[in-house]
Amino acid sequence: MALRIVDQPTGKPAPKAQPAPDAPHQRNPGFPLDLDWVGRVRMNRSALERRAGSIGARRSVKKEWQAAWLLKAITLMDLTTLNSDDTAGRVERLCAKARHPLRSDIVAGLGVEDLNIRPAAVCVYHSFVGTAVKALEGTNIPVAAVSTAFPHGLASLDTKLREIEASVADGAKEIDIVIERHMVLNGDWQALYDQIRAFRQACGDAHIKTILGTGELATLNNVAKASLVCMLAGADFIKTSTGKEKVNANLPTSLAMIRMIRWFHEETGIEIGYKPAGGIASAKLATDYLALMKEELGTHWLQPHLFRFGASSLLTDIERQLEHGLTGHYAADYRMPMV
Amino acid sequence: MNKIAEIFATLDYGPAPEGAEQANAWLDAHDRKFGHFINGAWTKPGKTFASDNPATGKKLADITDGTAADVDKAVKAARAAFKSWSALSGFERGKFLYAIARLVQKHARLFAVLETMDNGKPIRESRDADIPLVARHFYHHAGWAQHLERSFPDHVPYGVCGQIIPWNFPLLMLAWKIAPALAAGNTVVLKPAEFTSLTALLFAEICEKAGLPKGVVNIVTGEGDTGAAIVNHPDVDKIAFTGSTEVGKIIRAAAAGSGKGLSLELGGKSPYIVFDDADLDSAVEGLVDAIWFNQGQVCCAGSRLLVQESIEERFIAKVKARMAKLRVGDPLDKAIDIGALVAPVQVARIRDLMKRGIAEGAVVYEPDGDLPAAGCFLKPALVTNVSPANSLVEEEIFGPVLVAMSFRTPEEAVALANNTRYGLAATIWSENINLALDIAPKLKAGVVWVNGTNQFDAAVGFGGYKESGFGREGGREGMASYLKPAWEKSLKSADAVLGKSKAKALSGPHGEPVEPRGRANPLDSASIDQTAKMYIGGKQARPDSGYSRPVHAPRWHAGRRSRRRQPQRHP
Repeated sequence: MALRIVDQPTGKPAPKAQPAPDAPHQRNPGFPLDLDWVGRVRMNRSALERRAGSIGARRSVKKEWQAAWLLKAITLMDLTTLNSDDTAGRVERLCAKARHPLRSDIVAGLGVEDLNIRPAAVCVYHSFVGTAVKALEGTNIPVAAVSTAFPHGLASLDTKLREIEASVADGAKEIDIVIERHMVLNGDWQALYDQIRAFRQACGDAHIKTILGTGELATLNNVAKASLVCMLAGADFIKTSTGKEKVNANLPTSLAMIRMIRWFHEETGIEIGYKPAGGIASAKLATDYLALMKEELGTHWLQPHLFRFGASSLLTDIERQLEHGLTGHYAADYRMPMV
Repeated sequence: MNKIAEIFATLDYGPAPEGAEQANAWLDAHDRKFGHFINGAWTKPGKTFASDNPATGKKLADITDGTAADVDKAVKAARAAFKSWSALSGFERGKFLYAIARLVQKHARLFAVLETMDNGKPIRESRDADIPLVARHFYHHAGWAQHLERSFPDHVPYGVCGQIIPWNFPLLMLAWKIAPALAAGNTVVLKPAEFTSLTALLFAEICEKAGLPKGVVNIVTGEGDTGAAIVNHPDVDKIAFTGSTEVGKIIRAAAAGSGKGLSLELGGKSPYIVFDDADLDSAVEGLVDAIWFNQGQVCCAGSRLLVQESIEERFIAKVKARMAKLRVGDPLDKAIDIGALVAPVQVARIRDLMKRGIAEGAVVYEPDGDLPAAGCFLKPALVTNVSPANSLVEEEIFGPVLVAMSFRTPEEAVALANNTRYGLAATIWSENINLALDIAPKLKAGVVWVNGTNQFDAAVGFGGYKESGFGREGGREGMASYLKPAWEKSLKSADAVLGKSKAKALSGPHGEPVEPRGRANPLDSASIDQTAKMYIGGKQARPDSGYSRPVHAPRWHAGRRSRRRQPQRHP
């Protein structure tokens, strides 16, 4: 359906261009900061909570459909380890799991060898980018690095830019940056915009995911406005959390962010990716996220370049769920190779 | 290709059916044939009619069509039970209500599945809305039973309550009626709607299991005549009706002058107002709750969208995009948004109304996609290019049909919102609290929701203005509808005041009361004049314009007396 937008933001950059469904993904070129647009963002928390709270009851998938959706969830996963006590050995173990995310008997039982199920990326700290790149050699699984003084982001701009460049130089294809939360809390949108713009340039060809730290942004209006400013500044993905905040990804916050992605797409024709991270550990919650994306943005958005889970233990639960589908029995987690 | 691999590519939803084994087993255990539940026992099925599953058209069971004699038997049982039931302490009555609430929860899924099979509503709604609210109502009123003496001193129950409920929320409307009635100490004769009697019959079994004393709750099934027998029964003390405005008027006329208590919950055409500073996406989602909940068969459905003109085009585009995501189909499927309408007659009625509206200039939008081949299904519909003069704007459609109009100023929004003979509910969307709180009290509606819609709770009174009825259900005011001041008990009936002969003189050839205009002596007043003195514009103004006459009953329309198969609806 062609939508004519009545009250288009003034000073809006590119005219809307709807790419053909199979057209190659057009990367977000970035647009001028439009504070008028930012000012018109409205997010009603109780309404968002109601919608988000009902999605799990409104949509459910069973049997083969459930299996297919869970396999899809694996392919949309940034398999992640971001602990202060990470070591090269721990990162190598994670990469080994990325090469074989599912037990061979489960893959054979489902008859999906040809789908070549692999997670979308492996996500590590800068120090282990080289380790991960080496461990994943020959798989085409990209390495994502969290850069820019993760998880707080409160280092000098220069330090953060150098960190991005170093991660890219080590072979990271995706960079997850963190925003400085005080800029959002104080409404300093220009500063936020300028910084993301600089990050984006430093990333070069590497895709940039902007972590908002939504659990520390206080309101969904702040979350939505920060999402918009990041997208205008050229983000390829907007991401909820570092996993280190007290509140990480949840469905109401996700709804606010993906509705901003939808609005941005309506206005600019550019498709931005969404990455919820932190706290997504159950297979059922994963399918709820997929359903929410499908309902609000469409099935098209359920592709690795437009949607990612930031997770690690989720994979084990999906594996258990898939085995349950095959055998009718839930396995203990120790029967699944450790992530 | 492997089926899983295929789905991996399309990411379709696939079927997610809720099992119906238990519900079928319960029906089979009753040989799919039911009598009434009177005085704690099941009567033998009499003359029956079929109760169908509207999603498939298949018969579920045969239901007995209650006669006046059945009703009389039920009223007698209720009368007999009243003395001891009303004499129980509130605490004791509360225990029974708690037991019922627990048993409803214990069998919640059976109730939900049976409700969906009988009514056609999506299992998600019966499971997540109807049945939990039923339990909540019984718990809530169990609490009220214990608080009555403190909260309502010098109040007494009516006695025998005749209750007639609609088909759109069968068990929930039963709970709204029975829970407060029992808490107050009344006994009950309830008639479920003819399309949807099954959960009421299952509820009767729950009453048995809860050990409720015999005769406290009596369920008599049947059609319009059975309802009329309840309304006209001389030993019924209060009538509570939820359904269409048309039937409500007939009941009010019949009850007038009889001394019976009355509460009516009737139709609605509730406005849904979206201001330009609203969270538009959330307002769209609220609209889904407002008009596509229960296929739009909701008394308080937000069926008249009023959207500020500056955002109209954008908002309507969003509504259309959202409509395309609504899944219509098998109501037992957990991922279905819109199930079946209650009966073929409703589908036909809505289609007729739509034709009329289109002939008057309305433009109807329906999303693409197929409907199930059989069953009472309708697509969600959005009607534009209409004004208040269009039939679709004026009349309650009671289906998944939204009419949309625009306004320019808050004043115009209020004027359009109140431009209806109904006044049940209203919704306002705005992020400006001053605007919302300014507009809300100006809307003539029993309930006004701000930035949300169709929010119900047992603690909140629900009911209408104008032709949407009177009386409230839920909360303190809901309790009050089943109690009356003790002094009212000593009031005499019209017969006693006027003398039998005079009262008879005001009757028609068949004993029905008639309009006494022109025949009665204007001075024939039985008591000291107690007309309130009103002072309007600085002077005393009497409400009678200087002409007075005794009024004992309204004008009677004999032709409107019997309406078989008239669907009774929740307002």
